[in-house]
Amino acid sequence: MIIALKPKPQHLPLIATISVLLILYVTASMRYYGFASWYQTTSLLTDSAPLGLAAIGMTFVILSGGIDLSVGAVIALSSILLAQCMAGAEQGGFNFPSYVAIPIVLLVGIIFGGSMGILIRLFQLPPFLVTLAGMFLARGVALNLTASKRLAIVNEPTFDPLVNFLFFGLNLPAIIFIVILVIAIVISSYTRFGRVVYAIGGNERSALLAGLPVGSTTVKIYALSGLCASIGGILYAIGSQSGDASVGYLLELDAIAAVVIGGTLLSGGVGYVFGTLLGVIILGIITIIPTYEGDLNSWWTRIAIGGLLFFFIAAQRVLNSLCIKNTSS
Amino acid sequence: MHGIVKTFPGVRALDTVQFKLRHGEVHSLMGENGAGKSTLIKVLTGVYRHEEGTILLNGKPISPRTPLEAQEQGISTVYQEVNLFPELSVAENIFIGREPKKFGLINWRKIIKKAREAMLRINIDIDVTLPARSYSVAIQQMITIARSIDFDAKILVLDEPTSSLDTAEVSQLFNVIRCLRDQGFGIVFVSHFLDQVYEISDRISVLRNGQFIGEYPISELPRMKLISKMIGKDALNTSDLTQHHKSRKNISNNQKIVLNGEHIGRRNSATDIDINIRKGEVVGLAGLLGSGRTEVANLLFGIDSIETGKITVNDKEVKSHSPRSAIKNKIAYTPENRKDAGIIPDLSIRENIILALQAHKGWIQPIRRNEQQRLSKHFIKALNIATTDAEKPISQLSGGNQQKVILARWLAIQPELLMLDEPTRGIDIGAKAEIEKLIADLCQKGMALLFISSELEEIVRDSHRVIVLKDRKKVGEISGDEIQLDRIMKIIASDSKKPVKKLINA
Repeated sequence: MIIALKPKPQHLPLIATISVLLILYVTASMRYYGFASWYQTTSLLTDSAPLGLAAIGMTFVILSGGIDLSVGAVIALSSILLAQCMAGAEQGGFNFPSYVAIPIVLLVGIIFGGSMGILIRLFQLPPFLVTLAGMFLARGVALNLTASKRLAIVNEPTFDPLVNFLFFGLNLPAIIFIVILVIAIVISSYTRFGRVVYAIGGNERSALLAGLPVGSTTVKIYALSGLCASIGGILYAIGSQSGDASVGYLLELDAIAAVVIGGTLLSGGVGYVFGTLLGVIILGIITIIPTYEGDLNSWWTRIAIGGLLFFFIAAQRVLNSLCIKNTSS
Repeated sequence: MHGIVKTFPGVRALDTVQFKLRHGEVHSLMGENGAGKSTLIKVLTGVYRHEEGTILLNGKPISPRTPLEAQEQGISTVYQEVNLFPELSVAENIFIGREPKKFGLINWRKIIKKAREAMLRINIDIDVTLPARSYSVAIQQMITIARSIDFDAKILVLDEPTSSLDTAEVSQLFNVIRCLRDQGFGIVFVSHFLDQVYEISDRISVLRNGQFIGEYPISELPRMKLISKMIGKDALNTSDLTQHHKSRKNISNNQKIVLNGEHIGRRNSATDIDINIRKGEVVGLAGLLGSGRTEVANLLFGIDSIETGKITVNDKEVKSHSPRSAIKNKIAYTPENRKDAGIIPDLSIRENIILALQAHKGWIQPIRRNEQQRLSKHFIKALNIATTDAEKPISQLSGGNQQKVILARWLAIQPELLMLDEPTRGIDIGAKAEIEKLIADLCQKGMALLFISSELEEIVRDSHRVIVLKDRKKVGEISGDEIQLDRIMKIIASDSKKPVKKLINA
């Protein structure tokens, strides 16, 4: 959009996030040998890909003023469904090649999310409750899909190339994460759908009065979130060469944290998809620091995330009141 | 618009109403509450559909089904509350839903350029890339106007556009309106501020009780005539109608003043109000809708804190004024909107009645159950509340009986001052008479009352003294035999540019 030297008030949360990320990255690089390496960066991206995808979808949901608690369960469902589709008959699978199995999984994700959107819209139900029900449903289906909770995907001629793909040290999950991120940024800023998402989150009544397609957009938002989560599940399957019905517990909360740390207001209407990338990377760095620190208890990551969240929520509130003061005087 | 009829279940909201708007004029639509103004506007802007009659736009019949359709046909509305997306940029607010595109993507550069042009058309030069909330309500309203005219609007409907603006902002808005009128727009203006109506309008149409009363050029409709047309009373004949109520005794000036407010006021509320209420006296607040009646009551009760002036209760100045401290000082207030602000629908009659008394005593000393029952039984009998039993949820009672329960709630704390905001609205005639009788009884017993009603006859009947408000200012005070309908109307009609009494704020 417009590049100005003086930061606009609406960009301040984003600037705060960038600062935190920079401080975190520089400190970690100076303290830990090998942190500031290409290898570490790519593995950070790969590890964060499933969370990143869920968080991208979540950004649209939160921007519209909603919430989606089902994303972690959908990731698990998608990964186990993919494994199940591709597994041989002796494991109770369908023996599909990956180019059939992946579209099936994506379709399930879209339909699952879209149905929640329809329920939310049609019956005016609170998104929190609908997606909470969706979370239990998806998790339950995932756990019941196979006899074992975990199903390896090995020696699949149509799947192994995806696992082994490398491009400048970036594997497929990392690349897809970046590509989807770019697409999501374009959708949020440069398409009518994206702008309507912001409008609904800003003021739903005004959106209706302005004749914007509030209903269909709501359904699309949750379908998009379902799609993103199912891509996340596929990326998990590629990264771990398996489907796992118990993966992604509480991942929806990490996704919400990443979105909020990325500067998006939980009440909707304000935020950027790019900020979510920053939030995901910040969470990723915090998560791997204990492996460098050695004797540091990994539960410290939870404490750090909690502290950061508090900081960002408070900072947003302060920034907001500052902006209002500045402009009203 | 010709012969427009719109009915709601049980009401004929518009009865063969006509309305004619010409190019390049500002046309005010006037009428009291429930006259059908907003219904007519909603028919014009496609929110409601009319059952009979025709709407012609430049000679062609139209029948908008949704606000969007009306907008596409050139009829845009700016509502009282601003309908913007506060976090989105000004430019985006103007263009949302119809953004110009380049290669399938939104062309931001063009949006910003065109938005600036749209704002410049109404002589506003602002940074359109900032979020809308960074600007004042007035500017936000201009943004909505800019949005409407960029839709190629021919007709602009302004529904109470000035109610949240201060004086400077109003004149800014009026400049925009004049500028648009000169560009040939037809502008429908709805406002409760009489001075503003007279300042900006070329023509006035009056509605009353869903019927079209008439259309007049502004020069041929002096204020007095307008008001009598709006409230449907011929000013000359009303004086003898009220004569027989004049038997009431005057309250002597040496009665103790229960509450005294000096120069009290607040931004966006009433300003510079002098008011005092004596023991055993009913003070009426008269004025048209939007004149600041409720605002004054809110200030006195501490719902809105006062920014200027001071309030004393029983000669003691009240420093931190809040509903809690007001209740402590034995001031009670039944608000205008019974449904939202008064009753708690799922609680029983008994629980609704003891609410204020319990709050007054504090939660430390709960009122014993049999005391509660005795109280509710007492008030059900004393106020003649029609119910079989005190444990019924209050929502099952009729409007008049709900009102009595709320009165009982406040009477239970034995207030020294009772403020009643529209206690008779929406209740049937019998219940109205009972409430009016109750008011008389209470003040006989020495209670001070502040009585607010949009029905001037009630004010005239029940008050010892009447304070007349207009445009959120006090424009007059009359007492005793002076309290007559035509007198009040005359005060409301007088031009406040030449104030009756100039008050200087210390």
